[in-house]
Amino acid sequence: MKRLLTAALSAALIASTAQAQKLNFDDPAEFARQRELLTAKANGPNGEPWAQYYGDQMADTAKFRKEGPYTICFSNAGVNNAWRVTGWTNMQAEVKLHPEIKELIHVDAEGSDDKQISDIDDLIDGGKCSALIVSPNTTAALTPAVEKACAKLPVIVFDRGVNTKCPVTFIHPVGGYGFGIQAGEFVAANAPTGANVLMLRIVPGVDVLETRASAAKHIFKEKGLNVIGEEFTEGDNAKTKSIVEDYLQRGKIDAVWMDAGATAVAALEAFEDSGLPLPVITGEDQQDFLMKWKAEGFKAIAPTYPTYQWRTPIIAAVKVLKGEQVPGPEWVMPQPAITAETLDQYVNDKMPPLHHAMCGCEKLPDYPAAWGGQ
Amino acid sequence: MSQQTVSSQQAPGAPRSGRLPKINPVFFVLAALLVAITLSNPNFVEPTGYMNFLKRAAPLAILAAGQIYVIVSGGFDLSVGSLITLTVVGSSMLLNNNADATWWVIPIMYAVGLAVGVVNGLVVSFLRVPSLIATLGMMITLNGAAFMWSSGSPRGYLPETFRFFGRVNIQGIPLIQFLPVALLVMLAAGSYLFWLMHRTNLGRMLHAIGDNPRAAQMSGVPIERVRITAFVVSSLSAVTAGILLGGFAGVSTDVGVGYELQAITACVIGGAQLLGGRGSVPASIAGALTLTAIFTLLNFIGLPKPVRDVVQGVILIVAVVLATYRRNRAGGT
Repeated sequence: MKRLLTAALSAALIASTAQAQKLNFDDPAEFARQRELLTAKANGPNGEPWAQYYGDQMADTAKFRKEGPYTICFSNAGVNNAWRVTGWTNMQAEVKLHPEIKELIHVDAEGSDDKQISDIDDLIDGGKCSALIVSPNTTAALTPAVEKACAKLPVIVFDRGVNTKCPVTFIHPVGGYGFGIQAGEFVAANAPTGANVLMLRIVPGVDVLETRASAAKHIFKEKGLNVIGEEFTEGDNAKTKSIVEDYLQRGKIDAVWMDAGATAVAALEAFEDSGLPLPVITGEDQQDFLMKWKAEGFKAIAPTYPTYQWRTPIIAAVKVLKGEQVPGPEWVMPQPAITAETLDQYVNDKMPPLHHAMCGCEKLPDYPAAWGGQ
Repeated sequence: MSQQTVSSQQAPGAPRSGRLPKINPVFFVLAALLVAITLSNPNFVEPTGYMNFLKRAAPLAILAAGQIYVIVSGGFDLSVGSLITLTVVGSSMLLNNNADATWWVIPIMYAVGLAVGVVNGLVVSFLRVPSLIATLGMMITLNGAAFMWSSGSPRGYLPETFRFFGRVNIQGIPLIQFLPVALLVMLAAGSYLFWLMHRTNLGRMLHAIGDNPRAAQMSGVPIERVRITAFVVSSLSAVTAGILLGGFAGVSTDVGVGYELQAITACVIGGAQLLGGRGSVPASIAGALTLTAIFTLLNFIGLPKPVRDVVQGVILIVAVVLATYRRNRAGGT
């Protein structure tokens, strides 16, 4: 029995290593493509990045044309972090702009692949959905479920992708390399030559986060910066603060690079509480970081993974059901970074600390109350 | 087993002098870790080094000192992590960016903690639900409540008046330069919980019901009341830990995740017996410091994350084995 268990365990280990080797988070071609997109001009209405797209490849949707009113179904990976909370609020508000939509049926997979697979099955079997929107929990696990849904009705995927081209379109911002490039280049331009950079990351192994880190490392290497450490914070404020305090005891940190901004303020507080000047830092569009930035005026940039992308699937679904063309098979949208020059547009002390400012939600119904603002 | 029962039945009343020469191995483990930290980072002996360490360990130490009450009485309290989250999220909602509200928000959070402890205790004592299940249910409920209350995005920041306890260092103290308020809170809570456990009748009754509830009942221990008290102590310590953690690091919706297991681990490293009847507050606090020291040491050495996980696991197992070894040798008292 024991031997069997050992055998099974080692087999699983080998399988998972093979899997890890297969995934490539350091793809020079994709790196170059995303670097280009960051400065490219997007198509679509000015000032409405959620409706904009790069390139001109369109998906034909005439065969999905249907008379309204529509029932849109949404299988959501989870509402388990502040980014998703803001995004989900955006989507509900977007629905209110479309009188053709009779109902939005939302099922929350609570971060579980299994639940999301059965959620999608239930939605298909329920027979009420005119179109299905999926925000997959993980890429590989959800692929078969999405393929199954494609056979029955128009499917729109956003945020994380799936390994199939069957959905009408896959909506996402430029991507992880783009995020890493924006943050990395800012650090390289603003920290002294040969500066010590601490890289703070949430968890290893998540594609959109891995690509952010690999892109930044490229840039640091290119510009001769010294990466003194790469630490995983699990998105925990207390842990982040502890890690930074420990590094500060051992030596100097000139810049902090973060793969996501949730704990940026905690990292800054570690400098404050140690009585040191604030470093060059990269955060995200979380309101607490923007507030701190505005108040203290340190050197920072906030690349975003914009939550306005949660509006787009609804816009796309309505278009698809009306038989209008949408960008496809990929709908790549702009991914702006907040800089010192644009900070004032986004900082807002009436919004809650974990609100993500790049929400494109200021003109949506029920703003700001629905987002927890005053 | 029966022998154990008999001997520990006598132990609580008996003078403790027989136990004194045996020092709990957790203190050696802790000392060894601190030496190792100093070797890997000489700056640790500076006040900023060890004071930061103690400040960081304070929430877990208090939590472990509360958890040990439940463990000694023969149960577990898994709800403390989510109670920490609820405390931080709830405080941020109630404070609503108003620095003057701190004075009434903190008592409210303690009232919530009291209620949670009483409910845990009632469910375990009267509905006879095993504490593992009862507090697991509470954990899920409280996580849900924190989420519902804040819709996942807490409305307010924690003002400096609230963060005072977990963040501020009192400056200008001779010799040590500064003293974190969190450390004072830890010392106060620790001493009080030490006194309550080891110098009062309540402590003796806790040990008695953890060791053998039936025997304790026959000898007139009000089992239900004692159990409820244990859960209340644990919950109140979780609220205290939550106030310190919120102060240390600010608002986040998953501050408390994993703390219940860390607290139980700290107690076990401190030599507590998981099915009750044995455990001490100072040793649990030392267990919490040991656990924090392990994390800190591994941070300092700068090993890659997977290696760190392995080392951390091995150290934990060794610490627990040491504790068990001592227990076996001591024969149950």
